[in-house]
Amino acid sequence: MADLLALDGLAKHFGGIRATDGVTLDVRAGELHALIGPNGAGKTTLIHLVSGALAADEGSVRFDGDDVTRLTMHERAGRGLVRSYQITSIFPHLTALENLRLAVQSRRQDWGSSFRFWQPAARDAAMTEEAAALLAEVDLAGRGTAQAADLAHGEQRCLELGMALATKPRLLLLDEPLAGMGREESERMAALIAGLKGRVTVLLVEHDMDIVFRLADRISVLVAGRIVATGTPDAIRDDPHVRRAYLGDEIVPIDRTLPPVRAQRPCGLPLHGEGRRGDGT
Amino acid sequence: MKRIAEPALLAAALVLPFVLGATGNEFYVGVATRILIFALAATALNFIVGYGGMVAFGHAAFFGLGAYTVAILMNHGITAAWLTWPAAAAVAAVASLGVGLISLRTRGVYFIMITLAFAQMLFYLVVSLKAYGGDDGLPLASRSALPALDLADDLHFYFAVVALLAAALALFARIDAARFGRALAGIRQNETRMEALGYPVFRLKLACFVIGGAVAGLAGALMANQTGLASPNLLYWTQSGMLLVMVILGGVGSRYGGLLGALVLLGLEEWLAAITEHSALWVGVALLLVASFAPRGIAGLLAGRRNG
Repeated sequence: MADLLALDGLAKHFGGIRATDGVTLDVRAGELHALIGPNGAGKTTLIHLVSGALAADEGSVRFDGDDVTRLTMHERAGRGLVRSYQITSIFPHLTALENLRLAVQSRRQDWGSSFRFWQPAARDAAMTEEAAALLAEVDLAGRGTAQAADLAHGEQRCLELGMALATKPRLLLLDEPLAGMGREESERMAALIAGLKGRVTVLLVEHDMDIVFRLADRISVLVAGRIVATGTPDAIRDDPHVRRAYLGDEIVPIDRTLPPVRAQRPCGLPLHGEGRRGDGT
Repeated sequence: MKRIAEPALLAAALVLPFVLGATGNEFYVGVATRILIFALAATALNFIVGYGGMVAFGHAAFFGLGAYTVAILMNHGITAAWLTWPAAAAVAAVASLGVGLISLRTRGVYFIMITLAFAQMLFYLVVSLKAYGGDDGLPLASRSALPALDLADDLHFYFAVVALLAAALALFARIDAARFGRALAGIRQNETRMEALGYPVFRLKLACFVIGGAVAGLAGALMANQTGLASPNLLYWTQSGMLLVMVILGGVGSRYGGLLGALVLLGLEEWLAAITEHSALWVGVALLLVASFAPRGIAGLLAGRRNG
């Protein structure tokens, strides 16, 4: 398979700290590639560098063969390199449907620009239909008229994912999509992500090792700003570098009997589960 | 409710001068005209502050440039309103494009200060135009000329102002519902997210800023006609402050925020000036009350609990 995303010697420092220290990584078209690593390893910084929210000090980001290192976030998004946020980032005072329609509207190549001053956007039937279909896909069908601010946390996460999908990304950067979710919500979100496999290439940053090892085609391990290993879940599980990096704690589920996550839609209506907070590394 | 309210409002505005005439208060037609011109300028500013989410503190500059455009063209013998009024809007648009291109690279307090600085520069620029009156401003020989209406007649001029204000309100409502307006709504609620979605946020904000500037220029053209003078004071920072006060008083981001703010602020000033020497004090008290108890302005009070 061809590489959709290729990072080469990517580096970023903040003062004396090298948050990203020469990362070389490739994401193949169609795969679900997970990025894991202990707290403070620089996962979020790396996502920022790939999405364009931060400018790299050294190295290059190639997307579909083109060097996008110097492009802004919205230029990269225009090419199909789209991120979702670790902290839910939606439009709180618009309805769920309007949130999705705005995300759909962002695709200039399909609809033309947003510099249209006269025709009401709500009367753009094709755009609204697509937004409604997305709403159903992330299992918020009955919640279209609710203000986004009034949705439950799990629902907001689904809306967030729906908005990322609305842009028809070629590569989706998912930054801790399970952050703050209870067990049951997590399982449903995992099912939703599993449903993306084969349709969208995904680079997933996630703390929930259990779900990462069941979902990912390949896993890269980031430690102190460097990639120490890349491989299939099985290879990573047995990699001595990885075991040493994690000092044997925190991760690597040894239990191989866990069932694989099955792709299915329902993503989750309000489940007031006890929150498992993701942190901001 | 809204469906009745809007035509009723327009009808009231159209009937008002006849009521004033019948009761021997013709003088107030001029007052009402002035209020509605400020309402137009405040509505234009509200488009930038309330819809675009940019707190601009130099809007009087574009207002004043519109007034000067009309006065200077008249000084050179061009009086046709269909030429000079669009020219006023165009000059204000070009100026706001220049100011926007630079100041929109900043945000928050810096944006406020840089727009203020640009406005003051334009103020000193017109003061230095000795050929066009300098400190004293540039008087208009007459009102602008239109084929159908006699603008020299206060009543006709009033109707022209009402028509333009109604058109601007309709235009902004239309823009708000269109793709451009929806994109602005996204930007003011979550600018970073709009960037991530691939929207050209800077250009969208710039377009918003220019539209608001152009409409303020048109309001300035009307103001020069109303007072018969393009005065540097129109560009002064206190004027920008007053427009901002109108927007906040009326309701940031609500469709009639600018109109309500101008009505209440100028109406209050007019009324208080008649009964007390300390009118400014009481206007201040009224402002404090609104700021404390109605953070979404008078429009917010009237609408009850609605979000936009």
